[in-house]
Amino acid sequence: MQRSTTSRRVRGVAVLLLSGLLALTGCTAGSTDKPGASGEKNKLTVALTGEPVNLDFTTTAGAAIPQAMMSNVYEGLVSVDQTGAIKPLLAKNWVTSADNKSYTFTLEQNVKFSNGADFDASDVKFSIDRVKSSAWLNGLKTKMDVVENVEVISPDTVKVNLKRPSQAWLYSMSTLVGAMFDPSGVEDLANKPIGTGPYALESWTRGDSIKLAGRDEYWGSAPGIKNVTLRYFADAIATTNALSSGDVDLVYNMQAPELLSSFQSKPEYQVIEGTSNGEIILSMNNKVAPFNDKRVRQAVMYAIDRKEVRDTAWNGLGTLVGGPVPPTDPYYEDLNDVYPHDPAKAKALLKEAGAENLDITFTVPTRPYATAVAEVVFSQLKDVGINVKIKSAEFPAVWLDEVFNRHDYQMSVVLAVEARDVLTMFNNPDYYIGYDNSKIKAEAALADESDETNYIAGMKNVVRTIVDDAASDTLFIFPNISVAKAGLSGIGANSVTEALSLASIAWS
Amino acid sequence: MLVRIAKNLARFIVTFLVATLAVFSLMRVLPGDPAVIAAGENATPEIIAQLAKEFGTDRSLPVQYWEWFSGILRGNFGVSYVTRTDISPLVLDKVQVSLILVVLAMLLALVIAIPLGTLAAVRHRKLSGALISGISQLGIAVPGFLLGIMLVTLVSLRLGWLPANGWTSPGDEFGDFLRRVILPVTALAGVQSAILMRYVRSAVLDVMHEDYLRTARAKGLSPMKALLKHGLRNAAIPVLTVTSVQFAALIIGAVVIERVFVIPGLGSMLLTAVGNRDLLTVQSVVMVLVAITLLINLMVDVLYTILDPRIRAAE
Repeated sequence: MQRSTTSRRVRGVAVLLLSGLLALTGCTAGSTDKPGASGEKNKLTVALTGEPVNLDFTTTAGAAIPQAMMSNVYEGLVSVDQTGAIKPLLAKNWVTSADNKSYTFTLEQNVKFSNGADFDASDVKFSIDRVKSSAWLNGLKTKMDVVENVEVISPDTVKVNLKRPSQAWLYSMSTLVGAMFDPSGVEDLANKPIGTGPYALESWTRGDSIKLAGRDEYWGSAPGIKNVTLRYFADAIATTNALSSGDVDLVYNMQAPELLSSFQSKPEYQVIEGTSNGEIILSMNNKVAPFNDKRVRQAVMYAIDRKEVRDTAWNGLGTLVGGPVPPTDPYYEDLNDVYPHDPAKAKALLKEAGAENLDITFTVPTRPYATAVAEVVFSQLKDVGINVKIKSAEFPAVWLDEVFNRHDYQMSVVLAVEARDVLTMFNNPDYYIGYDNSKIKAEAALADESDETNYIAGMKNVVRTIVDDAASDTLFIFPNISVAKAGLSGIGANSVTEALSLASIAWS
Repeated sequence: MLVRIAKNLARFIVTFLVATLAVFSLMRVLPGDPAVIAAGENATPEIIAQLAKEFGTDRSLPVQYWEWFSGILRGNFGVSYVTRTDISPLVLDKVQVSLILVVLAMLLALVIAIPLGTLAAVRHRKLSGALISGISQLGIAVPGFLLGIMLVTLVSLRLGWLPANGWTSPGDEFGDFLRRVILPVTALAGVQSAILMRYVRSAVLDVMHEDYLRTARAKGLSPMKALLKHGLRNAAIPVLTVTSVQFAALIIGAVVIERVFVIPGLGSMLLTAVGNRDLLTVQSVVMVLVAITLLINLMVDVLYTILDPRIRAAE
């Protein structure tokens, strides 16, 4: 008797537990849709690493947000093509005043935001004014400092007056600071982005994927694939695994070149190698010993064999440039010969500086490229008598705190992804690199205020001075590697903007 | 029994309170400032200060703690300043995913461990028994994430039988849910079943030497029948204890497994939140984990009294 009541009770508890679990996990568990490529022509699944923390780049830094949002959900007046040239987008055309201080844009008509609001000149004024207001908390907002005011001439004509001529400003308008917003669409940018782009946000399952849907009322040509899922993975191996097992169609900006070989040999895949705006910068703190001595910095430049670094750390992928400018920028020039690999010269310079048997600390962020690069740099510096102590720093949290904010470091390495960032990095002595910009400040300002030809010539000089001064060593330009199913076309090989532009991609 | 439950409930509350303090303090000791991370690589000191003000991280620690803690009392974890969304619904969503994973893994582990462990005990002097013990020994040595990676490489990439990663909710498409849940659950259950098997084996061995079992045999029951009828229930007590302890281990193990299989559960959420120094989300997720663990202990305690009249009699 005793036994039967007890066992009934046991069963009761078990049933209770189980039903509780079922109720809890019921039908909404995870509420994730099936990830995976269905093979349908109007669907695309893209694998990316590093999920955005929210979707609001006006208040949150990080490359993941503009990667998903720009070009797709948001558009600017102008855009940049695969070669780095500025092209019309929401502005049909523009006229520059004789003194180069005003730009008059004629806007596309019949453009609507995804919430139904019309796009017109007042939105341009609203968007630019907003960047300058305290609503924007992204450091890039300083790109808009040069704007004096915005005048609405007519619904489709808008005039932007600058405080001084600026060649760099129009380019900035193609980046996230130039994104166009509507006053009725900025309430919850972190979760509900509203732009004029070919796609609108359909849903976002945090920790998993973002779904974008092509907009029927889009003003331009319809996107090649209507339903796009951006799936986020923790690491590169998970992305290629998902590609192999057919869950995704495209791995964009792949971060593990050693995994490429298994796809290169198979006809059902294509491997696309392009260039990006990202420079792998071996940064030296110009303000602290021993790198406050130019000779020591030069010794490092001679000691490093950049080709060997790239070949060993990143499987030979990436472009050797010798300076902090990617080949797609207008003022690029090949500076590989300024500091060739010359260990003897490095040793001589160290001796001259009285810095033989130097001990330095190398703060390495926890990123695949950084750890790979650090090992090669370690041994190359050892060859010239610099003893490197590697210190790992969690990226981004600890690295930003220690290196970027407190400048508490001697040497570090980081992928600088921002477009046209040479002046951000070197024209500010308070930046973490601490380069003394007295030699370039005037010339950089002059170049920006002059016409395009002189801008390019002036910037080339500025870059040359930075490299001559051995402010930091640009190891190589980070490659933009995409691995895709063979049937996909229209994938931009180069990552010249901060966006992954989806509209051009289609199944053939 | 009521006294016992009341005592446990009191312990539950105290542990929970201490845990909130511990988690809160630990997160503040961690280097890295959420405002600095949100401001990123184009930060200016003004922007960092403005973000810190908006996030509320510039306020004194007791104020921050009280705001969070009083929120929990009202059943609300608050709004994350990093993701700018309500934490509670998000956590609830992820809890379901993790619970499915952990409970299925535990059930699988028990289904494997109880018969095999019993068999290993009954045949402990025979080769088959030694073999089972050996395999369980090996199973303990292989960490779950390694088993996971091996399963992906073999079953998904080499054989192409199951997807390598990803998650589908059972309510959305049950077939796909099953295909995606098999590998992570197997990886999670692997070590657990090996550990449990050893405990089942030793518990059954202990029981086999008890007088009442000999009596049952003397009554004419076969060894297996005697064990099933009189032994297993007594062996269940130590196994239950281990199961409850291992449940906590499984929840921790799921953090890593979720990462390997790209499953949007509590573990993935926790790791991402730690990376972003999303203090409120980390605190909330950890508290949910603490609460689940404590609840399991509470339930096991109740189960003891049901399973074993002697425990009830002792009150």
